[in-house]
Amino acid sequence: MMSFIALVAREVRLAWTGGGLWLPVVFYLAVATLFPFVTGPDKALLARTGGGILWIAALLATLLPIERLILPDRQSGVLDQLALRGWSDELVATAKIAGQIVAFALPLLLATIVGSALIGLPEAQLGTLLLGLALALPALSGLSVMIAALTAGLSGASALGGLLLVPITIPLLIFGAGTLAEDPGNAMQLLAATSLAITALSPFAAGAALRAGRT
Amino acid sequence: MSSRQASVPSLSLENVAVIRGNRLVLDSLSVSARAGDVIWIRGVNGCGKSTLLRLVAGLLTVTSGTIHSEGHMALADENMALDANMTVKAALRFWADMDGASADARDAALTAMDLQNLVHIPVSFLSTGQRKRASIARVLASNADIWLMDEPYNGLDSASCARLDQAIIARASSGGIVLVAAHQPPSINVAMSLILDSQGVAA
Repeated sequence: MMSFIALVAREVRLAWTGGGLWLPVVFYLAVATLFPFVTGPDKALLARTGGGILWIAALLATLLPIERLILPDRQSGVLDQLALRGWSDELVATAKIAGQIVAFALPLLLATIVGSALIGLPEAQLGTLLLGLALALPALSGLSVMIAALTAGLSGASALGGLLLVPITIPLLIFGAGTLAEDPGNAMQLLAATSLAITALSPFAAGAALRAGRT
Repeated sequence: MSSRQASVPSLSLENVAVIRGNRLVLDSLSVSARAGDVIWIRGVNGCGKSTLLRLVAGLLTVTSGTIHSEGHMALADENMALDANMTVKAALRFWADMDGASADARDAALTAMDLQNLVHIPVSFLSTGQRKRASIARVLASNADIWLMDEPYNGLDSASCARLDQAIIARASSGGIVLVAAHQPPSINVAMSLILDSQGVAA
């Protein structure tokens, strides 16, 4: 258990020192800053569409840390050393996903408070948006590790990552945007269910990809 | 992740063959080692020395044959597995903690590879030989029963080669098993010198 925590802590430290923590946050806030310039200062329009834009920004921000999640550890032999010590690939993937939840999901949630202020979302919507993103971000963390494991070492990994991410996240986006409607209840439950399923499956998919990539 | 049991380390490979990328890398290879053995694996480039070590480490699977091993393993190959932006001390500490190694074992490993003066330097600033020494120190600190060392002498100066010789002899004489893959002849007494030909067959 201590080793697991040490590995999660290492993920967070690498994100902190390697720019993986700030890059998604800066991207996310940049979208929130730029969006009002596109729509113009129409408060009602911003309130109606702003939540959806933050959802899209969160999904796309998922792609940013992908290249540094798995490939450096494969090249430096860290994954080999963990396998040698009897770590299952699924457990390594779980530790990486947990690290992503701390180093990617939590900062993005905090940035949502700033982002919603930049767009001028009504306060009532901020709570719903935060809850929805809090439900979806573990799934996005899982997907980022899974896609990183699948594409590690392939040429054009980033483009491929985008192609893989978009179809899988469509349900999250539909239910996530659904929560921003008048009555978020049903959409929130469906979002929670979808996110749970993706989060629970991603360590196995990522683990299988790590195993297949060992040469 | 590891629970250490006090069993006598052993290693045996029977009739092992490996096909990688449609090429037969190792064929009908049988090796066995008991506690205290140093096995020196030699052969031309590409004969399957590294593949053999990765097989023993369990990182690759055999195409046919069986591998049986008792005891914890440590691997030092071309990949250092130390985080580049950490200091040497902190990077080694990460793996020592994973292995449940004591502070004494860590210090002893640093001393054995003459790294005391480099402990506060980031790993990315190390020279080739220093990197090699750091990765050997990781193996030394791990307290593993079976050491797998892929070209450990590459890049080392003569003083460091002598230090590595000492470390290998010490591990073997305290009941461990050391597998060394190297292109040069053994510089220490070995239990077995395994020479692979270009077809990966023990010559």
